[in-house]
Amino acid sequence: MPWIEGRHRTETRDAPPTGPGIRFSQSRKLTWAALPLVLVSVLLLSAVPEKHLSVYSLAANYSLLLTQREGRDYVGLLEVLEPLGKVSAKTERSRWRLRYNRTEADFEIGKARARVQGRDAELGAKFILENDRGLIPVSSLSSLLPRILGGPVTFHEESGRLFIGSVATHFTASLAGENPPRLVFNFTAPVNPSISTEPGNLRMTFSHEPLVAPASSTLTFGSKQIPSANYSESNGAAVITVNSTIPVMASFGPEGRTVTISPASGAPQTASGPPSANVPPAASTAQSQPSAPPPTPIARRYFAIVDASHGGDDPGEALSSTLFEKDITVALARSLRQELESRGITTLVLRDSDANLSVDQRAVFANADHSAIYVALHASSSGRGVRVYTALIPYNGDDRGPFRSWNTAQRSSVSLSRTTASAVASEMQKRQIPVRNLAAPLRPLNNVIGAAIAVEVAPQGEDVNQLTAPDFQQLITSAVATAIAANRDQLGAAP
Amino acid sequence: MIPRHLMIAMAVLLLAALGLTLYALHMRKTVEATPVAATDTRPLAPPVAGPTERVVLYVAHDDDGTLRPESALIPMPSGRQQRAEELLRALVSLYLDRSSPHVLGASSDVRSVFLVDPGVAVIDLNAAFADTHRSGVLIEELTVASFIETVASNTPGVLKVKILVDGKERETLAGHADLSQFYDVAAVNQLATQLQSGQ
Repeated sequence: MPWIEGRHRTETRDAPPTGPGIRFSQSRKLTWAALPLVLVSVLLLSAVPEKHLSVYSLAANYSLLLTQREGRDYVGLLEVLEPLGKVSAKTERSRWRLRYNRTEADFEIGKARARVQGRDAELGAKFILENDRGLIPVSSLSSLLPRILGGPVTFHEESGRLFIGSVATHFTASLAGENPPRLVFNFTAPVNPSISTEPGNLRMTFSHEPLVAPASSTLTFGSKQIPSANYSESNGAAVITVNSTIPVMASFGPEGRTVTISPASGAPQTASGPPSANVPPAASTAQSQPSAPPPTPIARRYFAIVDASHGGDDPGEALSSTLFEKDITVALARSLRQELESRGITTLVLRDSDANLSVDQRAVFANADHSAIYVALHASSSGRGVRVYTALIPYNGDDRGPFRSWNTAQRSSVSLSRTTASAVASEMQKRQIPVRNLAAPLRPLNNVIGAAIAVEVAPQGEDVNQLTAPDFQQLITSAVATAIAANRDQLGAAP
Repeated sequence: MIPRHLMIAMAVLLLAALGLTLYALHMRKTVEATPVAATDTRPLAPPVAGPTERVVLYVAHDDDGTLRPESALIPMPSGRQQRAEELLRALVSLYLDRSSPHVLGASSDVRSVFLVDPGVAVIDLNAAFADTHRSGVLIEELTVASFIETVASNTPGVLKVKILVDGKERETLAGHADLSQFYDVAAVNQLATQLQSGQ
């Protein structure tokens, strides 16, 4: 087509930029420019959100990441059972044998049927073994777990929430007063939801509490300002959405069993007892900003948060060909929890299984719970004895007025952290354990708002296997627990 | 009958060929007898020109977990930035030695150091440095403190230091020491004092 080619060339050189050739050229450039945007949009739209399974039990509340295989949701059975009791597994050719306390279960790769205590159990889909990790379909948990655990299990499969035993937290909601209206939620156990607001509603998300639905998922209150609330569950969390026609805020009652929703300005803060400092932002204009609440005691669920560092894809240091830091830190964390609780200190172990947890998530847990002390545990093959660390604060964070920089959030508590670290070091010395007290550029210590220390445990001799010895672990953790218990008043008084 | 001048030319050519052959054989023997240097791409000396100066390097010692100031004589260029680079290269050379008190992985190196006013130093390590570094809070902390303290003590005016790996930001050195923030030189000075005591 020489004529078309010639015409095109002429137009691109001489004609004003309105001819079809120019338009064609421009549109082609636009197409090329838009292509990456389209691709990114398609990728974003097609990205599947991570699915979680939340497990609630008397021993621990924890969340696990689900794995997608052949269009189904799978979960590692060992990870589900680990926080609940003594569990072990071994692979023999195509079989995977699991022992939980005194119960034995036998799984065969590719088969949808297992045997628990010698009796058949249907899985609903085939069993998968990946790197010695036994994966079972999530749908089989409700039938399989009661037989392994020997007790009742309630599984909300669609929302990924598993209740082991009688652990459910119930709630009621009632309107107290009409001008201004106050909606009071009463819970049967302490709760600490994350709260978000947007025009027209306030959402309370319960990720770590075994909250269950009321008789009706929609509650109505006969108030024009706060007409209703809805309960829903999804992806391992329960959500209460309070619908309102005015900006509202939430405040916590004593012991975390009461949450009061009230207008964001010109109204009392709580229905009963002293308000907590945990006031979420109101979704409104500057006119409706709440006045600062008076300083009051913090409602905390756990005095101490013990963090087993690393985990999941992050093994930490390879202490030997078969021993990883992440395994030692979990064992130390469980031992420390036992030591602290035996001294009457409520304790939460942040990572109680082989789960992935980012340093930011760890700090968020500690900060949201207003724990009095955060203890991160590490293990090492280098050096001898124990190192107790406090945060090495990075260069000048960007604090803005009352808002603290995330990277230097620890700054105001660093002296209390050092006092605690010194107390821990002193207890170690009493037990003849070599100890050093240092600052360290170790996250998330600098992101925690309360007292925060890290304890790195190394063997006393050449043999790293000493780190696995329960006696040695208890020697270390009892020293840490004794120091924390001795400083309980000072730690508990900190804001 | 072959003309006489052709015979003479042939004889001259044969003699020349014989002579060149003997010369080639002699050269071959000479080359074989010359020892060949072993192939080693590692730099043996800093590739700089300049007067030798006495500087203080903060050297990590794994055996007792300490950081000790040690003086060294190294050739130093005149540029401020080049001086900082040479300091750290001298430190890396020390750590790459097998008898080093704080061994780094093979091929570890400092790509470059940038001094950005006011008071900012950026240390860019190569990927092998971080990839082969041993994991552990104290071990990683010793490396970081050794580098920052060496640069800061020999380069007046540095207030904060950022460590990059292969030109990019990295979360940690080897799972523990945070590399995502700017280090406060004043805080690292205090840490270096703590690390010098070994207690």
